[in-house]
Amino acid sequence: MAKMNMVQALNSAMDVMMERDPTVIVMGQDVGYFGGVFNCTAGLQERYGEKRVFDTPISEAGIVGTAIGMGVNGLRPVAEIQFADYIYPAFDQIVSELARLRYRSAGDFTSPVTLRSPCGGGIRGGQTHSQSPEGIFTHICGIKVVMPSNPYDAKGLLIASIEDDDPVVFFEPKRLYNGPFFGNPKQPASTWASHPKGEVDEGYYSLPIGKADVVRSGSDLTIITYGTMVHVCEAVVRDNELDAEIIDLRSMLPLDIDTLVKSVDKTGRCLIVHEATRFSGFGAELSAQIQERCFWNLSAPIQRVTGWDTPYPHAFEWEYFPGPSRIIAAIEKVMRESA
Amino acid sequence: MSQKPQLRVPGAPARPGEKPDFSYLKLSQAGSVDKPAVHAPVSDTEYLSKQLVRVLDDNGVAQGSWNPGLSVEKLRHGLKLMLAVRAFDDRMLKVHRQGKISFYIQCRGEEAISIAQGLALREGDMLFPSYRNQGLYFARERPVVDLMCQCLSNARDMCRGRQLPIMYHWKEKNIFSISGNLTTQVPQAVGWAMASAIKGEDHLAVTWTGEGSTAESDYHNALTFANVYQAPCIINVVNNQWAISTFQGIAGGQDSPFAARGPGYGMPGIRVDGNDFLAIYAVTEWAAERARTGGGPTLIEHVTYRASAHSTSDDPTRYRAKDEQDHFPLGDPVERLKKHLVGLGVWTQEEHDELITKLDASMVDSWQEALSYGTTEEGSSFAVDSMFDDVYKDIPDHLVAQREKLKRQLQNQ
Ligand SMILES: Cc1ncc(C[n+]2csc(CCOP(=O)(O)OP(=O)(O)O)c2C)c(N)n1
Repeated sequence: MAKMNMVQALNSAMDVMMERDPTVIVMGQDVGYFGGVFNCTAGLQERYGEKRVFDTPISEAGIVGTAIGMGVNGLRPVAEIQFADYIYPAFDQIVSELARLRYRSAGDFTSPVTLRSPCGGGIRGGQTHSQSPEGIFTHICGIKVVMPSNPYDAKGLLIASIEDDDPVVFFEPKRLYNGPFFGNPKQPASTWASHPKGEVDEGYYSLPIGKADVVRSGSDLTIITYGTMVHVCEAVVRDNELDAEIIDLRSMLPLDIDTLVKSVDKTGRCLIVHEATRFSGFGAELSAQIQERCFWNLSAPIQRVTGWDTPYPHAFEWEYFPGPSRIIAAIEKVMRESA
Repeated sequence: MSQKPQLRVPGAPARPGEKPDFSYLKLSQAGSVDKPAVHAPVSDTEYLSKQLVRVLDDNGVAQGSWNPGLSVEKLRHGLKLMLAVRAFDDRMLKVHRQGKISFYIQCRGEEAISIAQGLALREGDMLFPSYRNQGLYFARERPVVDLMCQCLSNARDMCRGRQLPIMYHWKEKNIFSISGNLTTQVPQAVGWAMASAIKGEDHLAVTWTGEGSTAESDYHNALTFANVYQAPCIINVVNNQWAISTFQGIAGGQDSPFAARGPGYGMPGIRVDGNDFLAIYAVTEWAAERARTGGGPTLIEHVTYRASAHSTSDDPTRYRAKDEQDHFPLGDPVERLKKHLVGLGVWTQEEHDELITKLDASMVDSWQEALSYGTTEEGSSFAVDSMFDDVYKDIPDHLVAQREKLKRQLQNQ
């Protein structure tokens, strides 16, 4: 075991997989000599050579399109999209091609591409370095959508994604790269060094995609969340001494609905928290599925805490971010409205 | 030749610790490349995309048929504007280091492009810049305080706190909003120019993008449309050799210059010395006249060097040789124009130094004024509910509800 931040854990996942499997290659803007703008691929080109770790032209459509072709020809490409905000030029290649190749060829052609991309706000990135577009991707059939919330999960899930024969879009909450974030930007930054999930196995291990993690058990209320918001919710529950169960989805598609249902059936109350915008966001899917299955056990309407339905504004980053006060207000509402 | 295909990954000529090497750059003598007639057929302009249009020689003397013959006044004005941009960039980098703004991008080494082109175009021409064209605001005389206020997201920010620093726009003087997503502005510029032609006007659209960004599909869509419809536009590729840590070879500059894409799409492509104020001015005038008189689009590649970091988020000593700029064969654009003016006997080193001192002081004053309209530490000077404005023309009900919810929460805090 070693102490790792999320960047190191992701780097270790790629390193382990490149070592084990000569078909794994890493590509993306600035990922080669420089090691990526967030350092996630640092040292890989030096170790595995520039035929397996290379810089690409600034063309997201080109990156995904060629990754698909490489995948068809026996490789396992791990492609970085520098920011989730810049994944849209590749949208057609993802929606119409990557996601549907298996289906339209009746399984004869497949491409096990992993797309890694940093997402989320809280870094003063303005409207083009802060987005959380995961919900858009969960609306596409044929890809898996994963988002870890800590170094240990990040490594295990990235290895599983690379090994997966289906394409995976792997979002990395960049606000968590160097440490957990508890929702208060005025607090000094914390690191992963003292966090139990900052203890990471240096070797090979994988975590199943589609398995949520109950990060805290409780009986009054279930909070379903993922990514950065896991830590914000934990802090709220801790600081207010609430008896809430917190579930980190880790994977949105496939969705571990059984774990969610079990919890909500037990607590009778459900709050969904994500940083992404609300309207048609992933919370809407969660809410629908839980209502379908848990209606008779719910003692209050399901609530959602999300980003507002606006672009991420530079000046109002913390008014936009669904921080502790919004989560507390929603918890109070769920408790108050209970039958 | 090896017997099997090999994956070629174009490398950078020099990484940290290695000796800078610009031998890959094909140069032409100043004055050696002929200027064709404004309406020359594309086939007669192809040489322009392979050679390098230069006017200023190493001694600062203007040479050849591309010499635009500018008045001394205009030349001095150009130099002053370039120095103003540099002083502005220096000040903004300093205030970023002091934590006063969240982000900044300098254009050091590339000042001649925005200034010469800004001056060569007409006011009615619509500009679609990249994030490294702050000089256009100087050419069109936007008060620097306004730019600083944008970087502060304060009460006088034309983006009302919505955008990262440097993502300015200027509706009144025809400078388009900057996206953040690379190259999206290039097809938009072409569309603007198509509308100009549809409406029977002679306003041009002019756009800029880095060489790295020309790999995006948007860029190629733009060239196709521009040429198909003979849109009155100029598409500029600023080849500053680097895209963050990635050398221009990765964008496809290794075997054929970016300017050569022009004839490939059916339009003239001109490769110009991007540090030569006179040459840039001249090729822009040529392309503008051609477009304005029905000759369609032109692609211009500016060969220059990104002397600064990519942005305040990176440290270039981690990926390129430290003294690379000193070896760049096209020098520094400010120094070269200065030399020309000194050679003409219309400018002196003393005047130059004095102007720099004066500009530095005026940037400090402007910064103080900008701070008086609000600082980042104080938080935004706009009411928080303004965050919900402008998502739509009229705010829809669900956003009204969200706005009221936020206001209630902030009151309770
Ligand atoms: C669609 C998109 N992809 C990636 C990025 C991230 N990015 C910002 S600037 C940049 C490099 C651009 O280089 P170049 O086009 O050469 O322009 P320069 O910065 O050198 O002026 C990259 C990759 C982005 N902003 N938009």
